[in-house]
Amino acid sequence: MNIKINGETKDLGDLDSQTPLLWVLRDELNLVGTKYGCGISQCGACTILVDNVAVKSCSYPVASVGNAEVTTIEGLAGLNGELNAVQKAWVDLDVAQCGYCQSGQVMAAEALLRENPNPSDEEIDQAMATNICRCGTYVRIREAIKTAATQLATEAGGDAR
Amino acid sequence: MTSLNYDNIDDIVEAITSGREILNEVGAPLRITKLDRRQFLKMTGAVGGGLMLSFSAPKAFASKNASTFQPNGYVKIDESGIVLYAKNPEIGQGVKTSLPMIVAEELDANWEDVTVEQSSIDQAAYGMQFAGGSTAIPMNWMALRRAGATARSMLVEAAAKRWNVSVDSLATESSQVIHASSGRHAMYLELANEAAAVDVPNADTVTLKDAKDFRILGKRVTGVDNDGLVRGEPLFGIDQTVPGMKYAVFQKCDAIGGDVKSANLDEIKGMPGIHDAFVLEGNGSVRELLPGVAIVADSTWAAIKAKRALKIEWEETDASTDSWSHAMNEAERLRHESGPRVVDNGNVDTAFETSVKQASGFYRYAFASHAQLEPQNCTASFKDGKLELWAPTQTPGSAIMSAAKIVGIQPTNVTLHQKRCGGGFGRRLYNDFVCEAAAIAKRVGVPVKLQWTREDDMAYDWYRAGGFHQMHGSVDENGKISGWRDRFITFTNDGNRPVSGGGISPSVFPGGLLENVRVEQTALEWKNRCAAWRAPGSNVFAFVVGSFLHELAHTAGRDHLDVLLEVLGEPRQMGPRGMHTGRAAGVVKLAAEKAGWGRDLEPGRGMGVAFYYSHAGHIAEVADVSVSDDKKVKVHKVTVAADVGPIVNLSGAENQVQGSVIDGLSTMFNLAVSFENGRVQQNNFDKYSMLRMPSAPDIDVHFVKSDYAPTGLGEPAFPPLAPAVYNAIFEATGLRARTMPISEEGFSLA
Ligand code: FES
Ligand code: FES
Repeated sequence: MNIKINGETKDLGDLDSQTPLLWVLRDELNLVGTKYGCGISQCGACTILVDNVAVKSCSYPVASVGNAEVTTIEGLAGLNGELNAVQKAWVDLDVAQCGYCQSGQVMAAEALLRENPNPSDEEIDQAMATNICRCGTYVRIREAIKTAATQLATEAGGDAR
Repeated sequence: MTSLNYDNIDDIVEAITSGREILNEVGAPLRITKLDRRQFLKMTGAVGGGLMLSFSAPKAFASKNASTFQPNGYVKIDESGIVLYAKNPEIGQGVKTSLPMIVAEELDANWEDVTVEQSSIDQAAYGMQFAGGSTAIPMNWMALRRAGATARSMLVEAAAKRWNVSVDSLATESSQVIHASSGRHAMYLELANEAAAVDVPNADTVTLKDAKDFRILGKRVTGVDNDGLVRGEPLFGIDQTVPGMKYAVFQKCDAIGGDVKSANLDEIKGMPGIHDAFVLEGNGSVRELLPGVAIVADSTWAAIKAKRALKIEWEETDASTDSWSHAMNEAERLRHESGPRVVDNGNVDTAFETSVKQASGFYRYAFASHAQLEPQNCTASFKDGKLELWAPTQTPGSAIMSAAKIVGIQPTNVTLHQKRCGGGFGRRLYNDFVCEAAAIAKRVGVPVKLQWTREDDMAYDWYRAGGFHQMHGSVDENGKISGWRDRFITFTNDGNRPVSGGGISPSVFPGGLLENVRVEQTALEWKNRCAAWRAPGSNVFAFVVGSFLHELAHTAGRDHLDVLLEVLGEPRQMGPRGMHTGRAAGVVKLAAEKAGWGRDLEPGRGMGVAFYYSHAGHIAEVADVSVSDDKKVKVHKVTVAADVGPIVNLSGAENQVQGSVIDGLSTMFNLAVSFENGRVQQNNFDKYSMLRMPSAPDIDVHFVKSDYAPTGLGEPAFPPLAPAVYNAIFEATGLRARTMPISEEGFSLA
């Protein structure tokens, strides 16, 4: 079995195709940025993108990936290591406390902005309701998403909001 | 690895878990005095009555290499850069950033020039290393300042020698020494060599900066691991890998105290990807190793699948039969009977008899789980009589002692690597998961990463104890609170003392402030483990006393803010570790003013205020809520005023307060674990539903930057949240809820 991850194709050999993608990432591919929190689609710590859509990898058998393109937190930065707009906003606004949920939060935010580059507060809240932050950094996550949206709009030469 | 002479680790953990008592309780059972005798701690100057604890400054480090300048455990400078070591576990409280900031300030380094690394566990260099009790800042403030200033003074001396000028003619700034009159300057990196040859001065005599000259402290600094976090770097315990490592899971009895009778080990061993499966005996300590079945596999998923296929027959003769419904029935009976008195000041009976009005209410709060987002895990390797651990623990020193005991070696043969913790909240003060990993690694002879599932994490937690308070109070003819009685029903594990976090102290607010106060305490037998949970004790007592104070204000027909300020009274220090009522009143007034207290609100909207003093922090919060007819609560805004002395990292401090408010809301609205037949009934987040972003209110944080000694912020902003919101709900609806979580009274978050 092969899957496409972060722009590369990986051979998974004869791995059990029902293995949740989360454990394939963490144990087989050493992409440990994607986190285990609950294993039942409740917390979002394991959020990744499958063809630009946020997916809870703990409840997503690797077989379901098929030909789709998987993006994990490790695949967001530019080729020269430059942080993307969402990552940068997260650092600039010092969002994290323990940080354990944050790769999932960043991926959920990334999915939101890829689909809706200029989300309203309400849209942000609804889109991010899939992800728990036990440390309670929601206020900063909201701010960071708005900052990233503004940044992306500026980069695109458009109007900020 | 240096000596670890913690000869009674239980005492240490107990002292840590009751961090509340270390810093602020009057007349509490101060086990810390034992530590004091052993000279782990050195008491330093009491500033404004706020007692500061600090460790002796670290001994000089012999530089291993002539070109490396390493005057103590916190600073290392060579031509490649400035490294500052963070001594304590990072659990989300921000110490990996804030503690090195203190060193960098006195070192006079540019923050941008500094790299922070997690230190090793080394008692001689660092004193006690742990995360608990909001103690990191107060306990380390002076030692870290001196460590930075020591390094700075040696760099200055090195420059003085090089240029043959007097030390007094030199200044430092931005990681360099400057000789203004000649225009010469040298980067610290260039001076490392020569500084390494300078005698280390007595840390107590080095000159410290004046607070007005601080360049780093009080600023907003982003966390040192943030860049790595958003890149998904392997920072956490769960991310650890070691060559040849296997993946382990461990199944224990869901009713604590149960033992393995038999298990389908052969069937498990035949499953794909399974390396081994075996029974581990417990070591008799619930803190360390409970009996169970270990499975070692080639991957986490293979291990989890095998765990699900386990069929274990348990011997449950001695197992827990704890029942929350039974406890509730018992409490309902006991609330009508008086219990042993913890404090009995003045004459409560006379106060009640001579009062003009009285009020009473029966308060109840459920057990709660820590639910730190990273499930417990530990990587262990046992080879040639030596144990190596990679552990996300709040108490690494204690982990070393326990694990050494489990595998039967000296603590000096254990090396523990501190890993970033995906949340702590008190759960990782206990190292049962480390002991399990050590035992499994020894047995299988290859390195293992033990992974608890979320279900394990919720089933084998050390819970925040539930409790019950029958409150009774009175108001005199002037509308003043004249009598206060708290009949507290708690839990005990040993039949002797209340469980950790479940004992009430005579000084619990507003105890020391009222004339006639009686607090009674009765304990119900309980087998499940209970322990420190963010702001132990205060996290529940604040809800009860902060709400009941409002009940009495309402009974008196007075504004709650006036009553609260009246109770606080004249500015004074309440005992050496108690609150300062002036600081308390200061934050109450500030929060009220910033929230717009007293302004007209539409029907269905209300404001509530609460103050609580814990972990040496004075914090007041005002909640502004609307409640619909079907009891949906919209929390518009929470305004917080905090006096914790000078702020170290403004961004981090604000984050802790915002997080405490969210955690407080989450807990008061929805979080409960219940027990039946000894077993926890909520085994994952679908039944333990933490607050999500749509319910997060605006949070307005204000710090009073007082000149008192700085104190910690991991916990004290949590306790006042619940009573502020309960009081606001009453103001909005006239309904007095006395149960936490409030969902048990039909309220929910909008
Ligand atoms: S681990 Fe996948 S949603 Fe929690
Ligand atoms: S930062 Fe700790 S769980 Fe979100």
